[in-house]
Formats: sequence, C-alpha cells, structure tokens
Amino acid sequence: MSNFICNDPVALNLWYAISALEEVHQGDVGQSVLLEQPIAYTRNEAGNVIAWAHEGDPNCDPNPTLPVKERFGYFWTSLGTPEGDVFPIPEYGEADRRNIHAASFGVNVSAPRMVENFLDMGHFPYVHTDILGAEPHTEVKDYFVEVSEERDEILATNCKFWQPMAAAASDGGADVEYIYRVPHPYCSVLYKSSPLDEARMDVIAIFVQPFNQEQVRVHMMLSLLDEANEDRNIRLFQQTIFGQDKPILENQHPKRLPLDPRAETPIRADKSAIAYRRWLSDKGITYGVIPSAA
Amino acid sequence: MTTDLQRNWYPIASSSDLPKRHVYQAQLLGREFAVWRADDGNVNVWENRCLHRGVRLSIGINDGHELKCQYHGWRYANRTAGCTYIPAHPADAPARTICNNTYPTQEAYGLVWTGEEATGDVPALDGFADATVLRPIPLNATTDMVSEALVGYKWNESCLGFANADGSVTVSDSNGVSIRFFIQPTDSHRSVIRGIVNSSLSGDARKDALKRHSWLLQELRDQVEAAASQKEMPAPYEPVIARVAEDLVNIPAIREDGPAADLRVTVAEKEMTADDILKVRFESIKGGLPTFQPGAHIDVHLQNGLIRQYSLTNGPGETDHYTIGVKRDPNSRGGSVAIHDDVKKGDVLAISAPRNNFPLRRDAVHTILIAGGIGVTPMIAMARALNVQGLSFEFHYFVQGESHIAFSQEISEFENAISYHMGLSPEETGKKLGEVLSEPGHARHVYVCGPGPMLDATRKTAADQGWADACVHFEYFKNENEVDDSGSFEIDLARSALTLTVNDGQSILEVLRDNGINMPSSCELGACGTCQCGVIEGDVLHQDVYLTDEEKAANKSIMTCVSRAKSKRLILDI
Repeated sequence: MSNFICNDPVALNLWYAISALEEVHQGDVGQSVLLEQPIAYTRNEAGNVIAWAHEGDPNCDPNPTLPVKERFGYFWTSLGTPEGDVFPIPEYGEADRRNIHAASFGVNVSAPRMVENFLDMGHFPYVHTDILGAEPHTEVKDYFVEVSEERDEILATNCKFWQPMAAAASDGGADVEYIYRVPHPYCSVLYKSSPLDEARMDVIAIFVQPFNQEQVRVHMMLSLLDEANEDRNIRLFQQTIFGQDKPILENQHPKRLPLDPRAETPIRADKSAIAYRRWLSDKGITYGVIPSAA
Repeated sequence: MTTDLQRNWYPIASSSDLPKRHVYQAQLLGREFAVWRADDGNVNVWENRCLHRGVRLSIGINDGHELKCQYHGWRYANRTAGCTYIPAHPADAPARTICNNTYPTQEAYGLVWTGEEATGDVPALDGFADATVLRPIPLNATTDMVSEALVGYKWNESCLGFANADGSVTVSDSNGVSIRFFIQPTDSHRSVIRGIVNSSLSGDARKDALKRHSWLLQELRDQVEAAASQKEMPAPYEPVIARVAEDLVNIPAIREDGPAADLRVTVAEKEMTADDILKVRFESIKGGLPTFQPGAHIDVHLQNGLIRQYSLTNGPGETDHYTIGVKRDPNSRGGSVAIHDDVKKGDVLAISAPRNNFPLRRDAVHTILIAGGIGVTPMIAMARALNVQGLSFEFHYFVQGESHIAFSQEISEFENAISYHMGLSPEETGKKLGEVLSEPGHARHVYVCGPGPMLDATRKTAADQGWADACVHFEYFKNENEVDDSGSFEIDLARSALTLTVNDGQSILEVLRDNGINMPSSCELGACGTCQCGVIEGDVLHQDVYLTDEEKAANKSIMTCVSRAKSKRLILDI
C-alpha cells in the first residue's frame, strides 16, 4: 500500500462512490479527492471505468490502477483492498423502478455526522418545515433498532413520522413509515412508504465520499416507483431538502463525530444514532470521528 | 489548572450587539459563546453548542424567554440554560441535568463581559460612568502586539498612552479626553480592540468620534497585522468542552432521589392576589434556581415542620424566582394557615427543586386548560408557555366570583384565550364541562386541575364524550379517598434482590425507606406521582388519584405511598 495521509485501515479498505456514471466519459479525465488522496478517472476504450491515485498530475501514468466497481449508477473505488463487493441494494434491479442520480453535494462536515443526520427524524419539523415535518407534530415514536451480525449492518424499523409532504409525488399530510439501513460506515439506505404504492417502498440512499475528515461530498441515489414526476422535479425536491440540512450540519461542533458517550446527550429518539456510534466504535474506525478516550 | 487568562474578565460584545431577540456569536480564548438578552434584560453567555448534537446555539431562536435550538427545537431557559422541553418526546419532562454550559456575565460601561472562570466584579473604572463605546476592531495579532501598538495610539499630539496592570491601555490627551482600550483575546493570535471614551457623546459629536477612531484604529490594525505576518504565531487555543452529566448517558435519564429540600430561598414578596389566595415569590439566597417546566411543583418545608406541595406559576424564562399561589384552607392541617399567617417577607425557607409530574405536551393541535379555584396555579404556567410559543389553546377558569380570580396580572398576557365561569352550581359546572369538552379529536389535549369532585366530573365527561384517556391530563392537589392501610403482604424488589414485608399500618414507601432504599416522594398522599414504581408481578390495590383508570387496569405501576397489594406478594421493578 502506498503512503496515504489517511492511516485508518478500516477507512482505507472501504469502497467509495466517486462519480455518477453518466458523468464519466471516454477521453475526459475526471478528478476528485478521496481520504485526502487526489485521484483521477476516465472510461477506457474497452468502455470500463478506470481510476488511479496521483500526486498532482492527473495525466500521469494511470498504472497501477485502483479497484473499480460500477454499482447503483456510480463508480466505486478504494485506496486499499476491500473485502468483498459493495453492499447490496436489491430493489435497484427491479424492472419497474426509476433509478435517479439526484445530486452530488459538498458539505463541510465529517462523513459520520452526515450519516447521523440522514438517520434522524426529530429534526424534520424544524429543518424541513412544512415538507418532511411540521410543528406541532414533533413526536418521535418508539422504533426498533438491531445490528445484524450476519450482514454487519444497522437496521432501524417501524419508524413512523407525520409528514405534510413526504415526497415530490405527495399531495397531503400522512404518517410515513421509514426503514433505515446503515450497511457501510459512511453510507445509508432509507426505505420509505411510497405515496403511490402501499405495498412497496421508495429507496433513497446516500453514499458519502470523504474528501478529508471534515469535508465530504454526498452522492444521493433514488430508486422510486414514481411514474408521473419529471426527473428534474424529483431532483429539485431532494436538493431543497439537502440545502436545508447543509447549514445545520456545517454549524455542528466538533465537525467530527464524538464517540465518547458523554460528549453529547442522547434521547430515546436517537436510538439509531446510539447504535451507529457504538458500531463505529466496535469497528475501531478513527477517520471522521473523535474516538472515545477509554 | 486555572490560569489568569481564565480568571480575568474580558469584554466580548458591546451592549448594542444584543438588540431585542437577537443571538450574538462571540469568542474568547478560542471558545465560542452564544450571547443573548432575554426580554427581562438578563444577558446570557452560554457555550455556543447545543448539548444534544453540538449545533451552534448562535443560529438558534431567541423568543425573549428561552433559546430554541434550530436542529431539534430543544428549548433552554433564560439564566439557568436548563432544558425545558424536548419536542421529540412531548409527554416527558426533560431531566434537570440537561443544562448547557454557562459563563459568568456582567454588563458594564456599555460592554458585555465574561471570563471562563471569572469571579468578583468587572474592575471599577474611574471617570467612565458615562462612556461612549467605540466600534470594535478585530485584528489578526496577539494581545501583546496590540497592547504595544495601542500605547502609541494618538488622535492629537498631546496624547499619552500607558498600559494598565489589568492588560488594558489608557490613552489621554491634554483636553481631558481619555480612552480605555480593552483587548479581547478571541484566540491566541486573534484579538478585538474594544475602546470606551470617558464621556457620553451624542448626535454629530458621537458620530464624528466613532468615525475618527474607527479610521485611526484601522490604520493601527494595518500596521500591527503587517508586523504580525512577519512573525510566527502561537498555536490556536484548544478549549475543552465539559462532558455532559454521567446520568444522561443511559436513556431514559434517571430520576433524582429523595424528599430532600436542598434549596434555601427567601420570601421576597407576599401579597394577596384574590380573596383568600396569597401569591408568594421566592428568591434564591445564593446562586441560581434550578430549571422548571410548566406543570412543575415544589415542596415547601414550613417552619412548623409540615411539607406542602405548590405548583409554580412562572412563565418561560422567569428563572430568577419561583412564584406560587396558596389558598387559605379553613380545614387545613396547618400548612396553608402557616403560610398565610406565620411566614413573613424576608423569611428563609427550605424548598425542594422543582419536580414535574404534570408535563405539558406541545405537539397538540389545540389544548384545553381547565382550572377550578386554586387549581389555577399549574394552568397559569402552562398557559404562559403555550402563549409565548404561539400555540393554540383555550383556558376555562371555574371560580366562585370575581373577587376570587387569582393571578389576573399573569392572565392579562393571554386575555383572548380565557373564559371565566363564575359561581356555577355542581350541575351547571357539569353542563359547562360538557360544552367545553364537546369536540374530541386528533392531537387535542385537555389539562385539568381543581377540587376532587370537579376533576372526577371532568374525567367522566371527557370519557363519555369520546376523549381517549391519554389525551386527558389531570393533577389532583389532594387525595380525598380514604386510604386503607390494613393487612400485610410481601414485596420482592427485582433489581435489588430483596424481599421485605409490609405490615398492617405501614406503607410500601415507609418500608423501602426503613431498609435504606431511596425512593423519591413528595405529597405522600397518592396525588403527585413522584413515588411511582414499576410492577412486574402481583395485583395492586390502587388507592391513589394520580394514575388513570387505564393505567390502574394495566397493573404496571404503583404509587408506593398509598397503594398496596391485593395479592400476597408484589414484585416491584426497583
């Protein structure tokens, strides 16, 4: 392994989404940063995405290349040697769904703070006022959280929240049901009751790409049952939500997620965040967090 | 270790930086503060961080009484910084240990002062009683460099400057104009110059002075920053943020123990607010008073040894005192009469910290408050909180006659919401309650406090008209049922692994206490709910008026002061 600034072996060996595939073109060299390491990428003549690390000149010899996977409309890479493939999202492959790259959004915060915000329902009435929540409907009802040892992921189920306008396709308030998965330290997948099909759920996923410990880019993928709305409207809706979270996230101090249980004050509504912080602690992850002293 | 830097007072803002309902962000020694003035004039200097998820409180909302965090709407009280409401759990009273870090604060010479561990007073300055505050000038340099430059500051040839022992710099001219410059170390290599002139200027003279010094100080800044850029700057300060209380790590938070009266207060005011109703204002002797929430009560330990519970009538943010209402009860066992006749202004009394067994949900679409007689006291606190937050509510006050209306000054804050029902007979009261409770519905809640028969009638009417038990909240001020304390039974304490016997004539609470088990309690009459305990197994003979019928039927909890076992044995979750 080369000398990377990031020395957290857990973080180095993860897969990271870097760019939407629709934005990677043959003949163009794209540039990005992953865990403080500049990287470049393109699509080669055989039609495959290739990616490589560089030290300032993106047009250097691309060899040795980094591992690459094309999943969920993005290309994923790693600076280390990931165990296995990118985590699965089976719904992505269902024929009647629309899979949309909604946005890639820069936020000055650590990746775990970003994930925690995605798991949080209590802020809906205050941050996404009149869209995902509205006062006085502020209660976070009890829900279930489990850590699946087999799949090594966190699962929060039976999450219900009253929402005035849960999705672009909604036309009124409703108690909306959510399921959250955290299958990767910096990624989360949300299942949300679809306004159009009672039996199935819309999927919204965030894949966080840490530029460094306190700055990230978030890629948001949607897999929806919505047939009516234009992509543009759906993207605008998600970007509005994101734009509301950004100033809150950037005003969190410290920017890294503190894993000391006494650094912040959890309440019952934060069950999923408590499980997430413990799970990160157990993994021994150090990138983007302030590890617990003891 | 505390250093001089932490012990000193520093100005961190001009008083004019705190206009009505604003939150100002300040910094000292690398630590950020949220600085805000409540409508009562009190200036708060708090750690700029909500202790829930670390969001800056300087982006929060100052409603004049409380500061509300933008992320999850947690509310923090003026003065104490204690959390008064957590919207995600509207039925719960927040643990009293949820409290933001506060810093010593003084306002003097048109400036707001703080220091991490400052004590005593801001240094007295001769000749600056009527000062004019100059525009603050921030600059990238250490305080030493700034101080050195300020000694040479001149607005005319006669100016002479010198450094004071407290780190400030005084510059005076031959015309008697003197400026005192304080240097606020925002960080190890960043400072703010805060100057005050020794006269109260106004109009054009003030404008000219502000312009002139702003110009001259900016020139000084350019020179100091040019010099500073040639030097290596010290590393930034790394302020340590205090960890939250240990009991907050495990959720839900642990309730505090004991019937203790750990506060000492003076009777600051005592006046009649209605026929037979006394309004008493308590103020702390030393330090602040703990945070309260609407619906909370305190135990007052009287000079004759009696302990009585009284609801607080305080509005949000009124954290420098507690106010209660006391009705003279001719059948009193000595409590109300003692307060009316024996307690004098200036007396010192022992009281408990506020406890809240009657929390107010604020996620209701509409709230109906019903008060009967002296039961008005917790309702006053609730109405004032709802009113400040702009939430929809109505307030029905059942009272004998006009001269019996208490707390009219407080009620004037929400005149539009109040309806008086005067001199009604029990039948008429029942009929009126039927009208008031005619519309149950989604997220509509009723709170009622008053005499036993009226509460019973309200609960029955509500149930008959389709209100869910969970939407009807009540507080009895006494338990008028006859309590049966006969017969003996065993209690198994599941968590303490103890088996104890409760004998004829004893209460569970007494037996727990005798065996060294700490159980909080307050009224000990089955009315307040403080000594509630979980039941794992066994049939409970409920004799309290605190639990709802639904809760009694569920058999999952017991009021240990009055209730007993129907079965031979109870297993308690303690």
